[in-house]
Amino acid sequence: MTSQVEAPRGTDRRTEWYRRMLEIRLFEDKVQELFMQGKIQGTTHLCQGQEAVSVGAVGALEERDYLTITYRGHGHALARGMSMVAAFGELMGRTSGCCNGVGGSMHLTDFSKNLIGAFAIIGAGLPVAVGAGLSAKMRGTDSVALSFSGDGGSNIGTFHEALNMAAVWKVPVVFVVENNLYGEYSPIRETTPLDDLAERAKGYAIPGVIVDGQDVEAVHETVAEAVARARAGEGPTLVEAKTYRYRGHSRTDPAKYRAEGELDRWKVRDPIVILGDRLGLSEDERKTLHDDVQAAVDAAAIEAEQAPLPTFEEIEAYVYAT
Amino acid sequence: MSTQLESKPAGVGTDAAELTYREAINAALEDELESDPAVILMGEDVATAGGVFKTNEGLSDKFGRERVRNTPICENGFVGVALGMAVTGMRPVVEIMFSDFLPTAGDAMVNELPKYRFMCGGQCEVPVTVRSIGGATGRFGTQHSATGESWYMALPGLKVATAGTPDSAYSVLRAAIRANDPVLFFEHRGLYGRKGPVRRGDDNIAPVGDAAVLREGSDATIVATLLMLDRALIAAEQLAADGIDAEVVELRWLRPLDTDSVRKSVQKTRRLVVAEEQVHAAGWGATLISQFAMEGFEWKSLPRAVSLPDHLLIPYTPELEDAIVPSAERIADEVRTALT
Repeated sequence: MTSQVEAPRGTDRRTEWYRRMLEIRLFEDKVQELFMQGKIQGTTHLCQGQEAVSVGAVGALEERDYLTITYRGHGHALARGMSMVAAFGELMGRTSGCCNGVGGSMHLTDFSKNLIGAFAIIGAGLPVAVGAGLSAKMRGTDSVALSFSGDGGSNIGTFHEALNMAAVWKVPVVFVVENNLYGEYSPIRETTPLDDLAERAKGYAIPGVIVDGQDVEAVHETVAEAVARARAGEGPTLVEAKTYRYRGHSRTDPAKYRAEGELDRWKVRDPIVILGDRLGLSEDERKTLHDDVQAAVDAAAIEAEQAPLPTFEEIEAYVYAT
Repeated sequence: MSTQLESKPAGVGTDAAELTYREAINAALEDELESDPAVILMGEDVATAGGVFKTNEGLSDKFGRERVRNTPICENGFVGVALGMAVTGMRPVVEIMFSDFLPTAGDAMVNELPKYRFMCGGQCEVPVTVRSIGGATGRFGTQHSATGESWYMALPGLKVATAGTPDSAYSVLRAAIRANDPVLFFEHRGLYGRKGPVRRGDDNIAPVGDAAVLREGSDATIVATLLMLDRALIAAEQLAADGIDAEVVELRWLRPLDTDSVRKSVQKTRRLVVAEEQVHAAGWGATLISQFAMEGFEWKSLPRAVSLPDHLLIPYTPELEDAIVPSAERIADEVRTALT
């Protein structure tokens, strides 16, 4: 069984996590640049600031495990090992994309990596992850499913329906809620009567755990415990990762609704800086890694852009299987 | 072939057994559960006492309560679960107890099942069957009586099927379950007790997308689904007594809509009556008539529609419910009007 994160066992996986978080950060910077050039259109939902949740949680999965992600999914997909060419290609609407360019930024699905769905409807991925976990259990495999959702997603009906079914059927599934404090433009306190969403687990008689979403090691450790629990047949866990998104909700949102200084306070706890410090990386080492990843990002964007657009003939075959 | 069977639906052979529509549904589910271990059944109370309408009787005993699984009351959630199972190697059949509950699964039905394969660039197949049980005449009141058959027919990516006889219940449902695309399959509660010949076996799986001519005739074409199909067949008998020879087409699939089969029939009769247990607006009847209008089809008399009234909803009041749902007599009257 190989681990999703590419570092070989026995070496310090944290170095690989550092690089992967940096890749997500610089990938999204490049997305902004390509947007300004008109090479990416429509909308994007950036996850900058939340990279440790993606990398730590996905790092706790094996290849045979299933994953559902959200429209804020660049980090989830790259953490799962999607190539940057496939991700850029998808955002550019080209056949180099993971979905041959028809999905776009919000739909980074990749069945070859058991990333079985990326959802642009809040909460829609949770029941699908329950289904994947239930299917794994019924087929006699020991695969588990992990579903990412956000704080906003914890207020929609499917959250309740999915957690209830998962609990009553003891489905091997882990629900990771990224609480970034804002549901679209609204602060959580205006929409949600409690600060700690993990408390909602009590309503389903399952464990609810809070983790520091800026600390990739903590996220990994917590999610790994939940995955182990699911794999052992003990049922679902709700993991709430406290985190923050540096950008607005989507492309057109300058996030003026945030209190002054709030962003700066969170940036002090930047997940990449925290891990760099813990690894004792020097400024030079950080710069070398940065330049290295930047070069890979730039090259991937150029490669993705070379691919042709999909044709109507091609995409018609995607509507029905038969 | 006995003379008794000669007037029965096309495709039904001498080896057909008399089954109720309910028994035909049960047989289709049993045969698919038997033939493919990936098939599972889920929904509210499907395992308990064979489901509220007894369509699943005996199945949980035979296949176990894992494969015939009771769900909590949460349609959007369990249709989503079915989707997750379908893209990871299973072939779920979901039961919606009343079609009026189908809109609570709105996101799963509109945004997930139909769009899933497309959005991911064809990476997966979505073999989910959603059985939806609907229809009036049961005195169930306004929120338990809709057929709902046309609500979801405007969704590329989804297939929509119906059954109006025991044999089509068997053969169309088996086709729906075997399809590698999401299929919404409508049953009519008012037909569960209706008996008819059903040819049970792997050689009676209806082609996806094909309408069926259940009675041949030359004077007028009646196109119908579900309970209206049953009543159209009765209407055709009444008309035959008056020397009027009506052709009855069971539409079966609303998406894809088999305009070709209907066209073939009306090219012969040049008269069309659509009979549907729903308002005429935005339904399959209006879609068919619109298609022929755009083609400039030449009629002997203009197409006619028998449907639920547009200015009312289905009441509980038994006498009024009976009056609102088109009868065989009303369908026959529309055909007579078309012939005058």
